[in-house]
Amino acid sequence: MTPLLRAHTALALLALDPALGGLVIRARAGAVRDAVMADVPAHTRLHPTMTAEALDGGIDVSATLGSRTLTQTRGLLAQNGLFVLAMAERAEPYIAARLAATLDKQEGHTLVALDEGIEDEAIPPALSDRIAFRVDLENCALSEICRPPTWPTPLSLGHVTATDDITEALVLLAVRLGIVSLRAVGFALRAAKAHAALNGRLETDQDDVTAAVALVLAHRATQLPADEETRETPNDPPPPEDAEQQAEPMGSLPQDMLLDAVLANLPPDLLAKLNAGTANRSATGSGAGQKKIGNRRGRPLPARDVGNDQGRVDLIATLRAAIPWQTLRRRDAPHRTAPIIRHGDLRHKRYIDHSDRLLIFTVDASGSAAMARMGEAKGAIELLLAEAYARRDHVALIAFRGMEAEVLLQPTRSLVQTKRKLAALPGGGATPLAAGLMAAQNMAVQARRKGLMPTVITLTDGRANMALDGTANRAQAATDAQSIARRLRTENVDSIVIDTGRRPEAGLAQIANILGGAYIALPRADARSLSNAIAQTLET
Amino acid sequence: MKQPFPFSAIVGQEDMKRAMILTAIDPTIGGVLVFGDRGTGKSTAVRALAALLPPIMAVEGCPVNAERMSDCPDWAGVTTDKTHEIPTPVVDLPLGASEDRVTGALDIEKALTNGEKAFQPGLLAKANRGYLYIDEVNLLEDHIVDLLLDVAQSGQNVVEREGLSIRHAARFVLVGSGNPEEGELRPQLLDRFGLSVDVASPTDIDERIEVIKRRDAYENDHTAFMVRWQAEDGMLRDQITAARVALKKLTTPEQSLRDVAELCIALGSDGLRGELTLLKAARAYAAFRDDTALTRGHIRDVAALALRHRMRRDPLDDAGSGTRVERIVAETLGS
Repeated sequence: MTPLLRAHTALALLALDPALGGLVIRARAGAVRDAVMADVPAHTRLHPTMTAEALDGGIDVSATLGSRTLTQTRGLLAQNGLFVLAMAERAEPYIAARLAATLDKQEGHTLVALDEGIEDEAIPPALSDRIAFRVDLENCALSEICRPPTWPTPLSLGHVTATDDITEALVLLAVRLGIVSLRAVGFALRAAKAHAALNGRLETDQDDVTAAVALVLAHRATQLPADEETRETPNDPPPPEDAEQQAEPMGSLPQDMLLDAVLANLPPDLLAKLNAGTANRSATGSGAGQKKIGNRRGRPLPARDVGNDQGRVDLIATLRAAIPWQTLRRRDAPHRTAPIIRHGDLRHKRYIDHSDRLLIFTVDASGSAAMARMGEAKGAIELLLAEAYARRDHVALIAFRGMEAEVLLQPTRSLVQTKRKLAALPGGGATPLAAGLMAAQNMAVQARRKGLMPTVITLTDGRANMALDGTANRAQAATDAQSIARRLRTENVDSIVIDTGRRPEAGLAQIANILGGAYIALPRADARSLSNAIAQTLET
Repeated sequence: MKQPFPFSAIVGQEDMKRAMILTAIDPTIGGVLVFGDRGTGKSTAVRALAALLPPIMAVEGCPVNAERMSDCPDWAGVTTDKTHEIPTPVVDLPLGASEDRVTGALDIEKALTNGEKAFQPGLLAKANRGYLYIDEVNLLEDHIVDLLLDVAQSGQNVVEREGLSIRHAARFVLVGSGNPEEGELRPQLLDRFGLSVDVASPTDIDERIEVIKRRDAYENDHTAFMVRWQAEDGMLRDQITAARVALKKLTTPEQSLRDVAELCIALGSDGLRGELTLLKAARAYAAFRDDTALTRGHIRDVAALALRHRMRRDPLDDAGSGTRVERIVAETLGS
C-alpha cells in the first residue's frame, strides 16, 4: 500500500468506527496533503493555541451585556464528529490533554491531526498514543496522488468477529516490535475488524490483520524482532509444550508475513535507525521540559490589582472587575452610558519570568579522549546532572567523534533519559572539535529562541584532528575550531571548556579564551572536585 | 454515556488497585501517585474507581457536597437540610486549567445579568469529600501546583480576589498520574501524595492477551460484560464499606509502631509523614483483609507503596526505589 492509499483507507475505517480515535498525517502543507484532505468529510478545524473557552464554551460577554440575559457560547467539542487539528506539533499541552480526554470518552469524536513537525518536533505523545493511525506523506511524489478507492457497502461492525488467534498474534507481534502501550494492540484489533466490515467480510481474515498491522503497529515499532535463534532465548523462555501450542495458531497467521507488512510500512528514517541499532526506547518521551516549561519567559499570569500604577493595564480583567458594580454606579450617575470604571477596578498585567538554564554538554568521545579520561568525565557530568536536577535546569547532550557531532539528547529535564544516553556513549574515532562546537552553537541559538539561557560546557582533550569538511588535517581542524569558537562568542553564549587530557593543552586554553569562558583543566582528582570547579564557575 | 470500564476487570496492576482501595477505606492516607508508561490503564483505573466507590450523603444543592447543613458555606445560600445520595465525586483537573477554574471565581453569569456579586465554586469545591484526578501531573503549571499543595495541606480553599472573600472546605484525595520520561515531579508535591505506585505494561504475553480480550469484550459485548463485572465490583464495594467500619475497631500493637519507626529510620525517609502514612495504610490494609490486629505482614505489604517516594532521592539511581525499599524492609522486619 502506498502512503496515500493508506491514508484513504484509514479515513474510511475511521468513518466506520470512530473509536479508532483518528489519523495523524505527518506532512508539510502541499498538494499531496491537500489530496488526502479532499477525502476528509465535513469537519471542524481546530488550531493549536485555541483557548479553553473556545473548546468548552463559556459566556459570550458582549451578547450577554447587549441582551442582559445570559448568553453562552457552545464549545467546539460539544458536538460530535470529525475535528482537524492543524499544526498539531505546536499543540499546547492543555489542548493535547483536553483532546485526549475527549477521545477517551469514545462519544464519536475523531481527530485528524496535521503534524508539520520538522525532525524531532512532533504531535504530543499523550495525544498520538490515543490515535490509531499515522501516515507519513513527507516523501510522497505528486505522481502518487490517487483517487480514493471505492469499497462495497460496509457491513455493520457489530457482526464482525475475530478469532482469539488474531488477538494473540497481534499481542505477540506488538511485544516483538517493542510496543509498550497496550492501547496500540486494542486499536489494531479494532482496525482489523473495521477493515473486514469495510470489505464486506463477517470474519476477520489475514488481509484485514495485515492491513491493521501496517496502519496501526508499523509506525509505533521501537525495535525489530530478533532473529529466529536469538528470539528463542528471551528473559524467561516459554516451556516447550507451550511453544508448540502457540505454533499451531501461528500456522494460520504467519508472524513473518505480518512482519513483512510492518517492514514495508516503516517510515524510511525509522528503518535506518532501527537497522543501526540506535533506536532507543527512551526516545518515546517528548522531553516535554523543552517546549512547555522552557518557553516560560514572560508567561502572563492572571492579572491582579497590584495597588500601584506601574505596568500595563489588562483591559479584560479591569472590565470584569468593574462590571458587577455597574448597576450600583449607574444609580449615582444615570446620564453615563459607557461602563463606569473607577481606579480600584484597574488590573495590571503580570508576567512570570523564569530564567531557565540549559546546560549543553558537548562531550568529546574520540579515541584519544576515550583512552584518557572518559570515565572521569562521565562521572563529572553525572554529578553535574544531579545538581542540575536540584536546580531544575535543563540539560542537553552532544557527542562528537569520528567525522561529526551528534545530538544525543535535545534539551530536557528528564534525568532518566540523560543518564541512559550518557551511559550508552561509546568512545572511538577522530576528534572533530569544530563540528562539536557548531552543533552546540546551533542548539544554543535555538534554545535561546525558546527563552532558555544556554551554557555550553565542552569536555575534550583538545587534540582536534578532523576539519569541518571531513578531512583529517590537524592544522585545518584547529583553525576551524577557533573560527567556530569565535562565532559562538558573537552569539554571546556562556561557555566553559574542560580539558580532559593528561596534560593541559595550550590550544584548548586558547579556544576557551576565544569563547570568553572559563578553562578548567580536569583536576587530577575525583569527579566530585571537577563538579565543584564547574559549579563555582557557573555561580560567578 | 457509556459506563466506565469496571475496576475489578482491570488485569494485573495489583499495586495500583491496592493503593486506590486503601485510600477509599481511609481518605486521610492522602492521595495516590501513579507513574508509568502510556497505555497501562492509569486513567482507566481512576475512572473505574469513581463507579466503584460507595455513594455519599450530601445536602441537596450544596456546592461543596457537605454532609450536614451546618457544614455548608454561608455564601452558598443553601436553605434546605434535605440530603440526598450522590456518587463519590471524582473530578478531573485538566492540564492548563486556569486558577479561576480551580479555586472558583466571581460568577460572571450573575455579575453580567443581575449586576450581583457572587462566587462561582471551582473544581476544588466539586472535589470536596471525593477525589481530584490530575493526568500528566508532572506537566502541571507551577502556580497551580503551589495552589494545590496549599489546599491539600490545609483542607480549606481560600479565595481572596475581585472583592470576594470566600473560604470553603476542600478535603480530597489527590490522584496524580504521569510518565516520568516527560519530566520529574517537584519533591514538595511528591511528598504530598500518600502512596506512590510505579506501573508498567505487563510483560507476560498471556496477561497482555487477557487485557486486549477484556477490552474487546467491554466494547463489543458491553451489556454482558458489565453484568459479569459489576457483580465483582459490588463485592469489592461491600468489602470497602465493611473495612471502613472494621478500621475503627482495629487494634495497633506497640510492636507495630516500633516496626514502622524502625523501618522509616532505616530508609532515611524525611520527616514523620512517612511513618504516619505507612501506619494508616497498613491499618487500612489490615481492615481490608478483615483482620482484627495490625501485624508485620500488613506493614511489609504496603511499605513500598507508602515509602518509595519519600526516600532521600538519588536522582541518578534508577535501579528503582521500590527495590531499595523491599530490600530494607526484608532487612529490618525479616522476611
